[in-house]
Amino acid sequence: MTTISLKFSSAIQSKKSMPYLLILPAIIVILGVVLVPLLFSFYTSFTPFKLTKPDSLFVFIGFKNYIRIFSDMAFWEAFGRTVLFLAVVINLEFLLGLGIALMINKITHGQRVLRTIMMFPMMFSPILVGFQFKFIFNDNIGILNNALQSLGVTDQAIAWLVDRWLAFGAISFAEIWMSTSIFAILLLAGLFSMPQEPLEAAQVDGCNSWQIFKHITLPFIMPFAFIAMTIRSLDVARAYDIVDVMTGGGPAGRTELLWTMIARTGFDNANMGRANAMAYVSIILSILFTYYFFRKIIAARKAMGGDA
Amino acid sequence: MTKVTLKNIVKKYGNLEVVHSINIDIAHNEFIVLVGPSGCGKSTTLRMVAGLEDITSGEIKIGDRVVNDLAPRDRNISMIFQNYALYPHMSVRENLGFGLKIAKHTEAVITERVDEAAEMLGLNELLERRPAELSGGQRQRVAMGRAIVRNPDVFLFDEPLSNLDAKLRVQMRTEIKKLHKRVKNTIIYVTHDQVEAMTLADRIVIMRDGFIEQIGTPLDVFNFPTNVFVASFIGSPPMNLIEATVDIKAGQRGNLLFPEDIVIPVPERLKNAVKHGQKVVVGIRADDLTPVNHGIDDASEKADLNLTVHISEPLGTETILFCSIGEQEIQCKMLNPYPVAADEKMKFKLAIDKIHLFDHASGNNLLGSLNG
Repeated sequence: MTTISLKFSSAIQSKKSMPYLLILPAIIVILGVVLVPLLFSFYTSFTPFKLTKPDSLFVFIGFKNYIRIFSDMAFWEAFGRTVLFLAVVINLEFLLGLGIALMINKITHGQRVLRTIMMFPMMFSPILVGFQFKFIFNDNIGILNNALQSLGVTDQAIAWLVDRWLAFGAISFAEIWMSTSIFAILLLAGLFSMPQEPLEAAQVDGCNSWQIFKHITLPFIMPFAFIAMTIRSLDVARAYDIVDVMTGGGPAGRTELLWTMIARTGFDNANMGRANAMAYVSIILSILFTYYFFRKIIAARKAMGGDA
Repeated sequence: MTKVTLKNIVKKYGNLEVVHSINIDIAHNEFIVLVGPSGCGKSTTLRMVAGLEDITSGEIKIGDRVVNDLAPRDRNISMIFQNYALYPHMSVRENLGFGLKIAKHTEAVITERVDEAAEMLGLNELLERRPAELSGGQRQRVAMGRAIVRNPDVFLFDEPLSNLDAKLRVQMRTEIKKLHKRVKNTIIYVTHDQVEAMTLADRIVIMRDGFIEQIGTPLDVFNFPTNVFVASFIGSPPMNLIEATVDIKAGQRGNLLFPEDIVIPVPERLKNAVKHGQKVVVGIRADDLTPVNHGIDDASEKADLNLTVHISEPLGTETILFCSIGEQEIQCKMLNPYPVAADEKMKFKLAIDKIHLFDHASGNNLLGSLNG
């Protein structure tokens, strides 16, 4: 008895085991709330698990879910639309954010106030932003159609949230409206940290404003842009709330993105096994985007003479 | 011919005037150094020539063109910055060729001029490197190369050696001087280091608080400082400045009365510049006040002084001795030195005809200055 307790206390006190012992509670929690659910969901993607039929959890069907979704045109459409959505939203947010950052950087008075105002859209819940734009773009009572008709631009009720491409544009607009300031604030941070002397050297070297921007400023702030792109690519790839509120992925799947499809499959159709299979495909997409932008960050920082 | 003319140049930030109507005429191929303590307006003046700062009033001419309203890129100048200001994302070759590329020269011309400049500055081995991979001295040489390749009318140097360590600074100083000998262009060079100013300049412009105190060749400003500021700023160790009173008895040459009952005759060349009872500041360079047998022996007229040495700073070929006259600490130079004990009493010789006299109130040289 005494020998055992002695051994135990000496194990506690030994310097090597101490750190591990101290982080053990955290490890247990993480295992419980992250790793186990992750493994469980991965397992269910190989079963025909339906929430309404608990027994189906124990039926192993191999890659059947994956084969099913890969042969489903609707899935590929949602996949492609998600990638397109990512590309459109991130590029436009970058351009707009860059413009805003460059302009705010030039302002001397009231810059702080403007910086705060610029962040406003980010302070709202995406659900509410979704509702806001749903009402703006509504074809009957929407303020946009009302305005267009009053101004005499059109006498038709334009179906902003019904037409395939108009709805895509409306959703992109809402997403961009909400999150452009992430780009703006990160690029502004980049502009603030930029040394002034290379800019002056370029002026003396014969550059006009555009050439200075293109050859000096832009390369300097690209690492900041790539950081924003990494964050936003994860954000946009899991876009769900705004789309669900504005169109619900419809009508007839015309605005379906990966995550609206996954939610429908998992919760509305109770087909959790297949939804999990789609979710893993979507996560791989996100990992690929993150990897791509990380490589870009490292390359851009190396180019700026940093050590990555 | 590229002369640079600054006429009544004023610079104001809001209501604060930092440069007060200065005039400088810079000749073709001249190496002009603006020197002064920090905040004296020298960098601001340079930046106005570059076009990086607006000119509040006055006129700057480069060659025959008034450049007041021209953008920096239209002035055909090159500037070298204290922090090098290299483009971090470009290789040395790209840095050197950037200005030419912007000016739309052909690849062949760019390569030729870059190689030529790299050859001149010993940068051949470094052409493919990035600025981050270079030492401070190498970076400054790239910055100089970038200035050379564009073949500008005027080179502007803004404290280019301040970020380098002492040894490298001396080495680069020589390189800049050699560069000027080769490229033969007008150079305006700003520094706070009077040694740099003395060693590099054809003419030195000494500035203080936005005014020009004196313009002259290095030897002019050293030998004929217009006022006590220039006298104490130029030369190392700084000129000793001691208050004294003039005492002239009828028919005699007169004496300078110092504290501690020290009396020195008024030098022959200055006897007409002083009146009896006048308060003056006497300027004595450390080189002209030396221990007996350890310094000046060839001076025509010498005075004897007995002083106590408080501290000695051996420098090898010479030792700086710190003594005092009254409350005033003074520095003397001892050649062929032997170890001097603290508080050792020594006999000194003063070269009388080398001393300077300044008005006590205004601080101006009683002889006026060479520039009038």
